Amino acid sequence: MKHGRLRFLIGALLPALVLHVVFVLSPYGQAFYLSLTDWTGVAGEAHFVGAGNYARLGGDSLFLDAVRNNAVMLICVPLVTIALGLFLASMLHLGGRSGRSSIRGAGAYQIVYFFPQLLSLVIVAVLWQFVYNPTNGLLNGALRAVGLDGLARSWLAEPKLALPAIMAVLVWSSVGFYMVLFSAAIDGIPKELFEAALLDGAGSWATFRRVTLPLVRDTVQVSFVYLGITALDGFAVVQIMTVGPGGPDGATEVIGLSLYRAAFFYGKFGYASAMGVTLFFATLTFAVLALRSGRKERLELS
Amino acid sequence: MNPSPFAQPYPTRRTVLRAAVAAGATLPLLSACVTGGKDDKPASAAGAKSATNPLGVKEDAALEVVIFKGGYGDDYAKKAEGLYTQKYPKATIDHKGIQKVGEALQPRFVANTPPDVVDNTGAGRLDLAALVGAKQLSSLSELLDAPSFDDPAVKFKDTLLPGVVEDGTFDGAPLVLNFTYTAWGIWYSKPLFASKGWTYPKTWDEMIALCATIKAAGIAPWTYQGKYPEYMNDPLLSMAAKTGGADLIKAVDNLQPNAWKADGLKAAAEAFAELAAKGYIMTGSEALSHTEAQAAWCQGKAAFIPSGSWLEAEQKDVAPKGFDMVMGAVPARTGSDKFGAAAIQAASSESFIVPSKAKNIAGGLEYLRILFSKQSARSFAESAGTLPAIAGATDGLTLSSGLGSTRDAVNAAGKEAFTYRFRTWYAPLAKAVDDATGELINKRATPAEWADRIQKAADALAKDSSVKKYTR
Repeated sequence: MKHGRLRFLIGALLPALVLHVVFVLSPYGQAFYLSLTDWTGVAGEAHFVGAGNYARLGGDSLFLDAVRNNAVMLICVPLVTIALGLFLASMLHLGGRSGRSSIRGAGAYQIVYFFPQLLSLVIVAVLWQFVYNPTNGLLNGALRAVGLDGLARSWLAEPKLALPAIMAVLVWSSVGFYMVLFSAAIDGIPKELFEAALLDGAGSWATFRRVTLPLVRDTVQVSFVYLGITALDGFAVVQIMTVGPGGPDGATEVIGLSLYRAAFFYGKFGYASAMGVTLFFATLTFAVLALRSGRKERLELS
Repeated sequence: MNPSPFAQPYPTRRTVLRAAVAAGATLPLLSACVTGGKDDKPASAAGAKSATNPLGVKEDAALEVVIFKGGYGDDYAKKAEGLYTQKYPKATIDHKGIQKVGEALQPRFVANTPPDVVDNTGAGRLDLAALVGAKQLSSLSELLDAPSFDDPAVKFKDTLLPGVVEDGTFDGAPLVLNFTYTAWGIWYSKPLFASKGWTYPKTWDEMIALCATIKAAGIAPWTYQGKYPEYMNDPLLSMAAKTGGADLIKAVDNLQPNAWKADGLKAAAEAFAELAAKGYIMTGSEALSHTEAQAAWCQGKAAFIPSGSWLEAEQKDVAPKGFDMVMGAVPARTGSDKFGAAAIQAASSESFIVPSKAKNIAGGLEYLRILFSKQSARSFAESAGTLPAIAGATDGLTLSSGLGSTRDAVNAAGKEAFTYRFRTWYAPLAKAVDDATGELINKRATPAEWADRIQKAADALAKDSSVKKYTR
């Protein structure tokens, strides 16, 4: 009996496992190995160079720019997206007196906010490139239309503004999804809790802080991990939108872009793999830390 | 991990996962399959050499041709294939017109089963220096010394425009043959200038004076493809080369100490800093893509734009009727320039290679001999609107305004057509120069800082033992 069970388990698992190993794990393994070589991407052979590629990363000023920019994005993008998502979600729910009933047209708002999620990131980037166009872009056009000519800028060409402009696009494209996610999480909070808060005389802010927020905490945490991974990437938007790309002068360089350039323009696949492995461990560390940090209390809902 | 509270006689999810991790960990050993290609050189098809078959093509050997199917299409390549099968009726040709050359061919180079001829062009091309370093390219010297297809009395290499052989030479070995010839300069609309009574400036002082006039007329004197600052590099580096001559170019390409601090480069950087400081560059240019900037120029919002000779073809659908763009040589910075006023930056591109591990190397070389014949080059010039790298290929043809001006500029420059090689040799240095020029044009770097930062990048590259060095 047990024997048959083992055979069944192996039979069921093996095909999937083989596919996973061949198409997921083995490329990972190869990347790790290639990061220790000088493979050019076109040669039939690669020479082992030890940790040389990793040592060079520290002296590559463009890569360090990329790390700095990714770090900034890692802090800003999740925080702003989650704050906006929570704000919009609670606005949709806090309209009614019970603290949870929806405001009129909440469904319509949700659909509209969700729209950007339906567009591919590439299209989003192309559209925003037009918005940021300094001469006839929507943003400068709007500023000029209301008489704020002085605020019109070359958004993507000024080193101080380029990265925030890129982060704004990332936030814009993801905030709708997280709003819907948080909305669903708020819907899952038992109504009695809001009623109790109301009876205790809690205002909107107090209800949000003391009831809603603690109860959607898990969702927020997972969102933070997802958004963090998005922020550590950022390649597509930067590649399409920015000057250079990655500019001006490294102001919007991200690790993914450095990696892409090293591999496909400089023919340094080994070095690029080292960047990829570094990014892999950065992402892994971040995800583990983010998930560990909130493990302490878990509330049981009725 | 928590210890299991009870013994499990069958595999759990966890043990299976653990086994999978173990399997994954052993993979680096197996990963030789990425780079497992053997370096044995397979025997390449060969036939007997004769006066009509100087490269020794095996008549019935199949030929595989991969062409980048971009702005020029691939009909010109098919035409040459037609000539090839005319000559060798028993040969079958496998033609592939594709866009992502690198993506398609990288695995084939790694597996040592490359095609016989590759047009390695387009945004997704393979890095030439990497191919050279990996010894993936056949030497073309036999082809260069072979008689040309049109006239057996003339050697193949003597039918090419100046610089074409050098452009494809790495460490003394000719490995790449470029099919098109590109000249760089400053473009303007001839009718616009005629109607306003402006003449194209010969010196930089005249340029600055003309810019003041243009600005007063309500037009921005210059614009550039701001998203890609390398467009502005071309006139800047051309100007420096004209001042400093071949020595300056050599010093830069050979990564000599303080090459970037030469007077010629300093003066050129100052010239373009002045252009920016005086507000002669259209506001907002710095954030425009090449299409946006070129469209603005075609709409008459700016008078000058720097570009290579592909500009006319690229603007075909954008330029209004009667815009009649022409290219001018970059004005001379000083009165004592080493090169004449007509000197231009020109280089060949559209790189054709014959992989060293191809099955039919002789056939690949023969195909190039046919492709570079006058007959094939002429029909290319007519259909693609671009100069081929073959001397006199466009003689007698009626050319459009832009292409005609390019041909005239090439003819006027004669032997004084120059090019920098560092862009192909050292891509990271090219990136450093692009970034620095972007900062210079946007007034965030002074000419001295511009030279300093590029010199720093060049020095770092010169010291980097992992980068293969070339000299000229």
